[in-house]
Amino acid sequence: MAPKVKLPKPGELSKIDFKTPATDWMDTPVEFKPGTYCWGAKEKDLLTLGLPNPRQWSPADEDWKIPEGWESTILDGIAERLSKYRSFKIFMDICVRCGACADKCHFYIATGDPKNMPVLRAELLRSVYKKYFTKSGKFLGRLAGARELNMDVLKEWWSYFFQCTECRRCSVFCPYGIDQAEVTIIGRELLNLVGLNIDWIAGPAAACYMKGNHLGLEPHAITGNIESMVDDIEDITGIRVNPTFNRKGAEIMFVTPSGDLLGEPGVYTCMGYLMMFHELGLDYTWSTYASEGGNFGFFTSNETAKRLNYKIYAEAKRLGVKYIIGGECGHMWRVLNQYMDTWHGPADFLEVPVSPITGTVFENAKSTKMIHISEFTADLIKHNKLNLDPTRNDHLKVTFHDSCNPSRGMGLLDEPREIIKAVCNNFYEMPENTIREKTFCCGSGSGLNASENMEQRMRGGFPRANAVKYVKEKHGVNMLANICAVDRAALPALMDYWNPGVGVTGVTELVANALVMKGEKERTTNLRFEDLPGKGGNE
Amino acid sequence: MKVLYSFITVIVLIIVASIGASIANLHYVFGIIIPYLAFIMFVGGFIYRVVKWGRSPVPFRIPTTIGQQKSLPWIKQNKIENPSSAFGVIVRMAMEVLLFRSLFRNTKTELREGQNGPELSYGSAKWLWLGSLFFHWSFLIIIVRHLRFFMDPVPFLVQAFESVDGILQIGLPAIYLTDVFILIAVTFLFCRRLVVPQVRYISLPADFFPLFMIMSIAGTGILMRYFFKVDLVAVKELAIGLATFQPVLPTDIGPMFFIHIFLVSILFAYFPMSKLMHMGGIFMSPTRNMMNNSRMVRHINPWNYDVEVHTYEHYEDEFRDKMKKAGLPVEKE
Repeated sequence: MAPKVKLPKPGELSKIDFKTPATDWMDTPVEFKPGTYCWGAKEKDLLTLGLPNPRQWSPADEDWKIPEGWESTILDGIAERLSKYRSFKIFMDICVRCGACADKCHFYIATGDPKNMPVLRAELLRSVYKKYFTKSGKFLGRLAGARELNMDVLKEWWSYFFQCTECRRCSVFCPYGIDQAEVTIIGRELLNLVGLNIDWIAGPAAACYMKGNHLGLEPHAITGNIESMVDDIEDITGIRVNPTFNRKGAEIMFVTPSGDLLGEPGVYTCMGYLMMFHELGLDYTWSTYASEGGNFGFFTSNETAKRLNYKIYAEAKRLGVKYIIGGECGHMWRVLNQYMDTWHGPADFLEVPVSPITGTVFENAKSTKMIHISEFTADLIKHNKLNLDPTRNDHLKVTFHDSCNPSRGMGLLDEPREIIKAVCNNFYEMPENTIREKTFCCGSGSGLNASENMEQRMRGGFPRANAVKYVKEKHGVNMLANICAVDRAALPALMDYWNPGVGVTGVTELVANALVMKGEKERTTNLRFEDLPGKGGNE
Repeated sequence: MKVLYSFITVIVLIIVASIGASIANLHYVFGIIIPYLAFIMFVGGFIYRVVKWGRSPVPFRIPTTIGQQKSLPWIKQNKIENPSSAFGVIVRMAMEVLLFRSLFRNTKTELREGQNGPELSYGSAKWLWLGSLFFHWSFLIIIVRHLRFFMDPVPFLVQAFESVDGILQIGLPAIYLTDVFILIAVTFLFCRRLVVPQVRYISLPADFFPLFMIMSIAGTGILMRYFFKVDLVAVKELAIGLATFQPVLPTDIGPMFFIHIFLVSILFAYFPMSKLMHMGGIFMSPTRNMMNNSRMVRHINPWNYDVEVHTYEHYEDEFRDKMKKAGLPVEKE
């Protein structure tokens, strides 16, 4: 095992050196500093997924145990992807290195490492592309920005493609829309061809493949976890909700990231779903087989992503539901919006989603037949179908963190805001350049929310945390709302580190706290068993 | 060093052109053969690159959404920057291509020590946008103006451009605004690359070379208009000859012309194999030219293939006992 690393104090991390190194980037070797990188993928997980080169290895070792002839594996891989993805080809060819993307990346802002500028991160791969796939690179070599592929380059790729959270913020500012997420996605695919993934991605992906969810919860564990939430809900509201599992003939199947099933504060969001669906009398079912909305395969390769995503439509078909509602999650919604239907559609066994409560037809999901919980809830609120008492959230001063993927890979921006405004009286936006399509990543997206890279996560989340700090100081904000399970797992640590005293919540938790259910008892606590202001039993 | 390589290359090119200009026997090569070759390389290379891009499919619908999606009827969609219609995409692309919309968003991130610790701020930073806009538009107008050499009679539009461009009526011949703008803009872009440490760090010789070339081309153009005048009637004769594929070589055009046209030829020939292809690429960039309608209309991936999956049957086989104990329905008892 690698040595235990001490996390530097915030005062040290925020001293960022933006001076460029004395040596050209091609001559600056990659450094593996403990605390800034993730463990290598485990042999057993690659075996489960049938991915190449399963073995035990450590990024800290000199020898990464890469099979002979790996260079041609990578180069063939590049050639194949050039022929499959126009995006890749164009993004390799047309960057003018204007640098507009440079200080838009949270990792660059927080590390000052020039290879974390999106332009240079892409150049790590572009330089190899030029050498082997363009005439100018072949003949002019370094003058044209080309370089040979060797083990140092491969390690550098691994380091920097796993220091990108595929958040697409750079792509918003690029005059040609060059998307580093796309380059990273392809870079990671190439790395996976020779067995170079990280443990925090390969582990959950393997668990999801076999057991249906990233956490590896087996069917009885899922029902057990939800049962204990049901008990808690009964304690708080006096109402016993009755979720069903794997039930055929339900109208709706509900799929959420498994992060909502275990650990705080995710479970409170999950309790929120249970309460709201019960209150509406929704004819819906959970599935223990399709028990994951997220997709860590998406951080591995297109094929792995497709293999994991398969379960959602397959299960909807088996259960004979009419349509699907998806829970609060970030990258899950990029996959559902931009990939699922292309991979596994057409979903002609489903029907265009219609809210049974309001009659609203969700035309925007007429092909995928899968809607976002925030779309569903915003519609309910608009039609006054929820009895809400926002004063129950009066002790909260809430701000909203847009997750990268729903913002820049979908455009789900106002739905959650409409919900928050209906259930909270104190809502404050962070500064304009840090929200909506310009939102900053939590620093832990795309599978980088491990614990061994905590220093890097705290750095990556620094711009986000700093914007929260701004509203904390200005308005006294004490709660950071979001619609993403990775956010709910990653942001509490980030807030504790940079902004102690700011909590993290899913939007549906806020809804459930404000929701006045039919026949409920006088609530004295919120879903976290914290006393409600003015109603506390201990006052 | 990177700057120097590019600079020396351009100097060498200018020397070559000067030699060509000073030896009358080479005028046919420099005035006719090289321009034709350059034109062929430009057009052929451009088409080749675009076709090569086009041959790779767009397997997934991956627009970068920069605004509210189309969802519930009362939520206002950003129809341009998160388009769900072809019209929206056209407007979005037009704004990118003509106005550099995304560059207009540019901000400058600054870290400073505030009262309560570090503060990040994102100030407006429009200089790159402004410089680029002036540079590209001046370039375009200059090219349009040059059409007067290749056409007889000169079309009205070209004349109009020219009279607006020379509207200041300073000097004789009148100074063109675009000549001034392009020199200022290209100098700005060059200085920025040299002075901003991050931009300097990412710059390649291939980033300085086109800047030096364009500076030299604009420079020689201005020199021959105001200082080392060339015989314009002869230039037009040559240009029309080239355009009508009946090349003639008038005598005594003036050496500066040969330097100018040689540099232009090199730039055109170089264009398709360089980053200058961003001119074509922007139109095909999938993050900008696609509708965000992938939940409404299924996008087809031509190479979508079947993958190995873990079916429900596999799952139930593994967990049947546990499922039954947990009271979950099973397909097979």
